[in-house]
This record gives sequence, C-alpha cells and structure tokens, in this order.
Amino acid sequence: MSAMVIDERDNVAVALSNIKRGDKILVGIGEKFMDIVAKSDIPLGHKMAIVRIPKGGEVVKYGAVIGRAMVDIEPGEHVHIHNVESLRGRGDLAKRVK
Amino acid sequence: MKRFMKFQGFVRKLGVGVRNHVAVFCTVGCSAYVARKIVETNPRARAVIHHQGCCHVPPEIAYVEKILINLALNPNIHSALFVSLGCEGVSAEKVADAVSRYKEAEVVRVLDDGTSGAISRGSRIIEAMLREAERVKREEFELSEIKLAIKCGGSDFTSGIISNPVAGKVADMIVEGGGTVIFGETTEVIGAEHVLADRAINEEVARKVYRVVEEMERRIIATGFDMRGGQPTPGNIRGGITTIEEKSVGAICKVGSTKLVDVVEYGELVKQRGLIFMDSPGREPEVLTGFAAGGAQITLFTTGLGVPQGYPVMPVVKVSGNPETCKRLHEHIDVDLSKVFYGEESIDVAARRVLNEILEVASGKPTKAELLGYDETVEIYVKGPVI
Repeated sequence: MSAMVIDERDNVAVALSNIKRGDKILVGIGEKFMDIVAKSDIPLGHKMAIVRIPKGGEVVKYGAVIGRAMVDIEPGEHVHIHNVESLRGRGDLAKRVK
Repeated sequence: MKRFMKFQGFVRKLGVGVRNHVAVFCTVGCSAYVARKIVETNPRARAVIHHQGCCHVPPEIAYVEKILINLALNPNIHSALFVSLGCEGVSAEKVADAVSRYKEAEVVRVLDDGTSGAISRGSRIIEAMLREAERVKREEFELSEIKLAIKCGGSDFTSGIISNPVAGKVADMIVEGGGTVIFGETTEVIGAEHVLADRAINEEVARKVYRVVEEMERRIIATGFDMRGGQPTPGNIRGGITTIEEKSVGAICKVGSTKLVDVVEYGELVKQRGLIFMDSPGREPEVLTGFAAGGAQITLFTTGLGVPQGYPVMPVVKVSGNPETCKRLHEHIDVDLSKVFYGEESIDVAARRVLNEILEVASGKPTKAELLGYDETVEIYVKGPVI
C-alpha cells in the first residue's frame, strides 16, 4: 500500500511514500484497496485525488471539508496549494468584495 | 498500574510543581539584558525573557501585569525575582506584591542601582532564593494533580494521523484520572469549531468556542490577505498540509474525546479540572507562555517536523510520528512514535508510553529541550498597538 484514505467519505488519499508520475498506486480504504495511476509526482505525506473533483468542488479529508478545488482535478493528481484554496481566513476575498 | 500513575512533585500554595525553579523575570523588554546577566551569575536560576510591559494602552498594561503574576504563580516556580527598568508602564511592585501572597518575590530596578549594581544585587537575591528552594523536597502525588497542556507545532501529515491521536488518548487518560488538560491555538480551531462546540458541557461553553474563533478569524480577515503562508506555515505546506481547515481538523484530535469544560482567556489561571480551551494564537512563544500562566506544569508537544522549543519554567515533552524526523532529530524528540507509523504499535499502547514519560518528567527526568537548554521560547501575546 503506498497511499491511504483516512475516512471513507474522503476524496483524497495520503501518499505513504514518494510517488512518481505513472506509478501504479495501491490505495488503502479501511479494509479495501483500489488501484490508481499517479498523474503527477506526489511527495510523501501529500494528497492525491482518488476521484474526479470538479472546479469549485469540496475537497474532503478526515471526513471534513478542507477546501475547494480551483480547477478540475483528475484521479491520481497531486492535490495541494496549486489547485485547492481555503474557505477560511480569506481577507483577500473580503477585500475584493469591498 | 496504580503506582505507575503517580509522580513526585513539589507542594505549593497553588497546585503541585514538577520543577523547583527560581525564576528571574524582566517586567519590560528593556530590562531583559539585566535579567539575563543575573541568571548568568547563577545558571541554576531560569531567565524568563519577554518583550512587552510598556507603551500599551492602559487596559493592556494591566493585562501584561496579570500575565506576569500568573506566570510567576506557576507551581514549577519556587520564588521569583522581577527585574524592572524603573520607568515602564507595568508596575513591578504590584506584580511582586500579588505573587508574594503565595511565594517569595523580590524586585530590582535598573534605574535605581545602575546596570552593574542591579546585576550584583539580583545575583545575591537569587543565591538566597536557590538556597531556600533546596529545602523543599519532592512528595508523591496522584495523576489528578497533573495539569498538562497540549500543543502541536511543526506539523506535517503524520501529526494528524499519528502524534495527535496519541496525544488525544493521553488527554483522555489524564481527564479520566481527575486531572486537567489545557489546549489553545484558536487559529487551528478555524474549520473544526463544530467538533469542539459539539463536545461543550453546555450551551454557554459552545457559544464561547464560536465567539473566540470568530474573533480570531475577523482579525485575520481585517488584514485583507489570505492567511495561507502565515497559517498553515511554509513548513506545514512542505509537509503536505494545504489549508488551515486541513491543519485544524488534523490538530483537533489531540485534545481527546472528553467533554469541553470551559473556554478561558489567554494566560488566565485555570482553576477547573477536565478539558479546557485557552484562547491563544498558534505561535510557540505566546502559546507556551499562556499555558505556563494558566498553571500547566508540563506541555505535551506533538511535532512532525521535529521542532526543538522548550520553555524556561515548564518542561516541554516532544513526541513525533514521523520516522525520518525521529531518526534525524532524535536530540529534539522525547518519545519516538515511529512504531505507530509502521503499524507495529497501537495508538493506545503508544499513549500509555507517552503518559509514562510525562509522569517521569513530572518526577524530575529532564526533557530533551531541558538537556539542550533550548528555553528562550517566551512571549506575552498582546492584541493592541505598541504606542
């Protein structure tokens, strides 16, 4: 197993090793497993999408919403600050509204 | 098991200490130099150096005085010397008077004696205090006398799945044993406030949770910036944490599963037993000072990246579930949780190991940070302007 899903409601898995683009990844979800081909390099501890997350869609980890997709994210893609934004403490958004 | 749950501490008028320190405080940043020099003359004393105490609006001067009083009342401190410049906003007399109702407290003033005069007078005072402190011996106490603070810092992806869940079990064991667990870091409740509010003992405490988190978020939003990069920190981001919500949800499990008894202000003396939330920022010097002022004897500190901070008058026990960190930075880590990462040890077994370490530290075993002398992580959290 080289990635694990923490809560079965999650749409991302956590990489348990340094994953390279093109690697076939065995993802553990509780007692079950699924195969996903990595679409990007994913460093140890970083997140990988396990399903398609459309632009504006919620990113879910620990069974909780941790942010919003800024672009469409495909299964196997690295999920991080380049494609996910926070919904909280966003002074920049408040400023734009003004 | 019963015997294993006890520790050897120092009886005080307020609580039980796990250390027997003579502490030298500066009452204002401008007298820090002299406080440090006094401790250099006798390094068995501890310098508590902050940079506040002057040029605040008046309510905040009173607030800094309150924090200094509460800090000095920490049960790990046997007696306290306050080093005043002599012209600052904070009243060293007022602070020392309040502390002297519970323990010996003295004042030296740099503008009275001059720098070298204040150093030699301070040095004589701490020498007498250290002698007096030697007379106090450790006695046996129950787990219920433990007031543990819990913090996570230098978090990475292992914090949310290994060290924080282990800390949560430790918190449960202490609260179930009749003790107290304090946590803070209001910023890291943003996105996880519902988890805490659902566990509040009553509606009022639940409302307090939402109120302090809202206030913190309002101050962040008022800056006009996205806080990412400030929180989560660049180190967190490198470690795989993308948003504050992700950091918060991963952080909140460190407080365990017992009821939330109260939400207290920053640096407020914690009198209740059970699980307590102290409104505070996440930054180490401020949050550790808040915990020590709250009366915490020890802080349990979970870390993925292996950060080293200790505190001059409160042992900080570092635990990590990142095997690479535990290997490379073993001089910072008190309890290695790598076995949990590899699935060779359960969270419950690891938590008992951590609790055992906490009780040993409470009985006098030095922490890694104490051995390194890494203890300058001190600051008082002020919200108002410096004027």
